[in-house]
Amino acid sequence: MDSDSRRTPVRIAFVTRRTSPQVQAHYDTNVMTWPEAILRVAIAVEVLLIALVLLSLFWDAPLEGLADPMQTPNPAKAPWYFLGLQELLHYFPPVVGGVLIPTLVVLALVVIPYFGINIEARGFWIGNREKKMRALALAVAILVAFLAWFEVYAVLVPTLLIASIMFLAAFETPKAGAFRQWLHAKPLPFWIMSWFLVAAITLTVIGTFFRGAGWAWVWPWGSV
Amino acid sequence: MATLTEQLAGLRNTRVWRSVFRGGSGESNLHRSLAVQQNVFLHLASVKVRRRALDFGVTWYLGTLSLGCFLILVVTGILLMLYYHPSVPQAYADMKDLQFVVSAGLFLRNLHRWSAHAMVLLVFAHMFKVFYRGAYRPPREFNWVVGTILLMLTLFLSYTGYLLPWDQLAFWAITVGSNILSAVPVMGAKIRFLILGGHTVNANALLRFYVLHCVILPLIAVLFLAIHFWRIRKDGGLHIGDTSSEVKSVE
Repeated sequence: MDSDSRRTPVRIAFVTRRTSPQVQAHYDTNVMTWPEAILRVAIAVEVLLIALVLLSLFWDAPLEGLADPMQTPNPAKAPWYFLGLQELLHYFPPVVGGVLIPTLVVLALVVIPYFGINIEARGFWIGNREKKMRALALAVAILVAFLAWFEVYAVLVPTLLIASIMFLAAFETPKAGAFRQWLHAKPLPFWIMSWFLVAAITLTVIGTFFRGAGWAWVWPWGSV
Repeated sequence: MATLTEQLAGLRNTRVWRSVFRGGSGESNLHRSLAVQQNVFLHLASVKVRRRALDFGVTWYLGTLSLGCFLILVVTGILLMLYYHPSVPQAYADMKDLQFVVSAGLFLRNLHRWSAHAMVLLVFAHMFKVFYRGAYRPPREFNWVVGTILLMLTLFLSYTGYLLPWDQLAFWAITVGSNILSAVPVMGAKIRFLILGGHTVNANALLRFYVLHCVILPLIAVLFLAIHFWRIRKDGGLHIGDTSSEVKSVE
């Protein structure tokens, strides 16, 4: 092995007709990063700063009494972004709601781009519709049975919502509106992520606004 | 009398300026390229960008705004460190001092806290926006992984900062959160002990969270931010969605 960079490695590429690795080229207008992109970034950050400064001038951060291990507030709540998790703990044993589900969610997020299937984002309903409807109905039935068994209505409702929209999107007639056609062309990952998003928002909103002492259901506007 | 622009151009041509910034004055695209390429921070980005990638609708600038929050948090965080002792019960007294004694102390804490909440929100929004426009697909798959690491770091940063005021809200939020760790099979109690430095949230936990919040996690975050931005350039710039109308097959 010769380590003189002028002599090695010797690379010879034979490019025969129609076998070039470059098959697609973008014909987009390019602009200079400085000043075009950097100025836009600076303006965006400045607008953000102004908004946050105004918020901070008129709205004070909360500060309660000195920490007291002897006095447990009821309910004791985690920060808002963990309240969806805390809400899950209300339904499942800690090892499921606090460990298994969050770990699976993080793992699922990490592996998303490595699923080479459906890289062209082919619409879920394009193809054999009957077979897919049976598969989807089975999957939703199993999920709903599981959620109903644990009485997790906060996830059950979003599941049924997304499933109904999916079935609605299955039938694309020429007369269907633009929105229906747009939904019809959506791939499976779109549906799974939307289900996750709606469920996560529902859980977080319930944990934040609808839970009071003993994690019992309360209305944010007080007792009726 | 030279105009301001001419004076600035003259300044940028001086020997001292050029020794610092390497490039001289000039309006050509070469000079503009050098302004990015020769700067240790900006060189993570490419010299040119696709014009359409700058449109608001493509990204909603959510990544940029997340970075903006991070920068605001670093500056306000360093200033807050000047007034803060990570000890019990002095930490809480420092909150009261920020409120009543330090000039603009309450404003500083407000800005830090709201920026932190905004950052968590923006990072989540950034993730969903990237997903829905398909920007995670190859060749950008590893940058998506780096992004999920940054999401975790954002949550840990926010969570460790939550304890520092040492009020009832902080103490019980961390107690609730750390109790979940006990549910981890086999080593749950050990992990919890490691993080809290004890069996309950106490003065050791405050010190550990302080070091994590002010030193360890920000350093790791900066490292991954650098990789995240550098990979945008290496993976061919920002993804701009369906380009089928502008893509032509070439042989």
